Amino acid sequence: MVIGINIILAVSLNLVSGFTGQLSLGHATFMGIGAYTATLFALKLHVPFLVALIIGAATAAFFGFIIGVPTLRLKGDYLAIATLGFGEIMRNILLNLKITGGPMGLRGIPKITNIYIVAAAVILVIFSLNRIMNSRVGKSFIAIREDELAAEAMGINTTNFKILAFAIGAFYAGIAGGLFAFLFRYINPNNFGFMKSIEILCMVVLGGMGNTSGAVLGATILTILPEFLRSVSPVISQYRMVFYGILLVVMMIVRPQGLLSDTSFDFLKSSVFGKIKVKKIAEKGGQ
Amino acid sequence: MTLLEGKDLTMVFGGLAALDSVDININKGEILSLIGPNGAGKTTLFNLLTGVYSPTRGSICFKQREIKNLKPYDITKMGIARTFQNIRLFGEMSVLDNVIIGQHCRTNTGVFGAIFRGPATRKEEKKVRDRAMDILNFVGLAGEAGEKAKNLPYGKQRRLEMARALATDPDLILLDEPAAGMNPQETNELINLIDKINDMGKTVLLIEHDMKLVMGISQRIMVLDYGKKIADGPPEKVRNDEKVIKAYLGDRAGKEVRAC
Amino acid sequence: MFFSQFFAQVVNGLTLGSTYALIALGYTMVYGILELINFAHSEIYMTGAFIGLMAVTVYKLPFAAALLAGMAGACMLGVIIEKVAYRPLRKANRIAPLISAIGVSIFLQNAALLAMGPQARAFPANFSAPGLNLGIIQISPLQLLILIISIFLMVGLHFLIQKTKIGQAMRATAQDKETAQLMGIKIDRVISFTFAIGSALGGAAGVLVGVYFNSADPMMGFFPGLKGFVAAVLGGIGNIPGAMVGGLILGLAEVLGAVYMSQYKDAIAFAVLILILLFKPTGLMGRRVQEKV
Repeated sequence: MVIGINIILAVSLNLVSGFTGQLSLGHATFMGIGAYTATLFALKLHVPFLVALIIGAATAAFFGFIIGVPTLRLKGDYLAIATLGFGEIMRNILLNLKITGGPMGLRGIPKITNIYIVAAAVILVIFSLNRIMNSRVGKSFIAIREDELAAEAMGINTTNFKILAFAIGAFYAGIAGGLFAFLFRYINPNNFGFMKSIEILCMVVLGGMGNTSGAVLGATILTILPEFLRSVSPVISQYRMVFYGILLVVMMIVRPQGLLSDTSFDFLKSSVFGKIKVKKIAEKGGQ
Repeated sequence: MTLLEGKDLTMVFGGLAALDSVDININKGEILSLIGPNGAGKTTLFNLLTGVYSPTRGSICFKQREIKNLKPYDITKMGIARTFQNIRLFGEMSVLDNVIIGQHCRTNTGVFGAIFRGPATRKEEKKVRDRAMDILNFVGLAGEAGEKAKNLPYGKQRRLEMARALATDPDLILLDEPAAGMNPQETNELINLIDKINDMGKTVLLIEHDMKLVMGISQRIMVLDYGKKIADGPPEKVRNDEKVIKAYLGDRAGKEVRAC
Repeated sequence: MFFSQFFAQVVNGLTLGSTYALIALGYTMVYGILELINFAHSEIYMTGAFIGLMAVTVYKLPFAAALLAGMAGACMLGVIIEKVAYRPLRKANRIAPLISAIGVSIFLQNAALLAMGPQARAFPANFSAPGLNLGIIQISPLQLLILIISIFLMVGLHFLIQKTKIGQAMRATAQDKETAQLMGIKIDRVISFTFAIGSALGGAAGVLVGVYFNSADPMMGFFPGLKGFVAAVLGGIGNIPGAMVGGLILGLAEVLGAVYMSQYKDAIAFAVLILILLFKPTGLMGRRVQEKV
């Protein structure tokens, strides 16, 4: 079930960072907004689970919009830092508000999330995401990543479409947050901090930026691997974060495009197997 | 009939005027060439007309509307398209998708349309795809529709840029050095293509260094030097203009201006 | 009464701000040359603090020696990080080195967590010096020391960059790497040197802050690191005097702001960051760059 939630998080961040090219270091913030909103609606107003989940996601999307309007004028590194900054501000607010329970968080959430609900959510998210990516909207996202200026020259209102990508990504992350809350039955602001954002980013990078299957694979590996390590030896699991760090660096140096990626052609050329393949093709051509 | 009128266009970068009080008039249906030595301000003028920069001073009227403060995407929607001097294709996307993106501002599918894919969306998608293929046929790239744009050879990338610009369905198309890096045969094909585009009723504004192309194709030529307009008229007049010859003197193109 | 409290807060703000400025310098120097946010800088700072702490507590060295040790250690770490994690990626796209930097940061933080344990350790200052009493303005010995050392380091850096040959090479490399290379500048060495200097300043900040708050822990770099970056952006990233000014302004804003809303102390820096990015994205002293089309 955790895998499913992480898959939703990874594919949604991939929409923002992988497809649209807007590096976000605050994706967990939207997960948190979804989790808190859904929980509060369910606990205080006794709204049914599914409705609460949707309200949580919609609220996250709304915040995505609000945060996106000012920050998405920024580019690259600046955007990354601004999203990080918003994430920290939001965590600070959650820590200090009464209604969110401050650092204690919210307890006593009923356990409703089950494997079927998660599976249905994952399928719906990936299905709708694929539909979006194959449409005029998704193509505009990729065009913005490829060349923002040329995208504008094609008549794409780049600011609006970046905000749209951000809001959709936030919506999905909000769903993941809601599922998370009703699975673990307890949430606090530190569940949704910078470290969680980085973890989601790691999944996307590992799988391959701009590739939904890659994000799914990355999320699966990074969810199972720590559990596996823990089952092998509790000592090793202490090194989980150290391992994350090394993984990111090595990944960037050895295979920056991730395990699966649509630029795998370049990799073929540079890898040993690729060289053999290219050579064979060249020989065939020569004969 | 005047399609676009720029008046007193001035663009200052850090104290230096890249363009200094330039007037430009583009008539509907003509092919106008913009020439001048490197750094004369040609591309800056393009960037002003397409909204990449907002002019320091002056006004731009397109179809009787002031456009100088509009964003590039609004200007594209109004009917001005362009290509880039240093090719700016969407490299990871297919050739076909590049042309489909060009039709962005003429289509409306939104997020919900995309997710539910109702009949209207599907109809639009088919229309867009068919039109993209038509345009690729027109520029001679139909065979490469499935290739990634970045894998095309240079000359074809230039043509794809033109296809993409055509896809926005412009009234005025701005071509920034379309023949750069092309061999003579490719250049001849390009001349045919530009003529064909003009025959479709599109007005063309062209920046080009290839004098054979410029003199052969243009109905009118405008010459910039150090950010100022030094000549504007039919090719035979510009060719013999003292100032123009002086600006190009010693330059290989200068000899060409006279030779053509 | 009001004034003496106010001035006390100003002194606190300037002290804190001068350490932010030292951290900001490391970010700004690296960004100026590589256009990379060196996320690991906060961990370099933390490492500097721990080396200083070890020097004082384990080896019983005097404060000055601890400061130098912290700087030297941080300096070496910075150079190694650049060699291992950034240099192989110099030709890659913009995102790859950034993620590599985040990786290094996570690695160092958690390695320190494993080596040192999560609890904060006391960091005794181990020195004695007079404070300063200017009527209503009182500066404690520790604050005076931090201010003097910070100013000394910043003036030294300014001299290094403006008056020495290596400084000239750094400025040239920041402007245009290719041309600098053609002029015979060994840019690999210049980049290493930039990391060395920037990291040493970060390490110094680590020791000074550790002493100031009498505490060091593996996570101590996170917020000061981010705030140092905010200070760099505030002043105009890539701009060295800007980083100094940005650090001082941020320190003041934070201390004075915290008087009114202490629970949101850490959020103030980010609010400042977002405001500056929105209204003057090039920072207070940054220059405007236009994308070439």
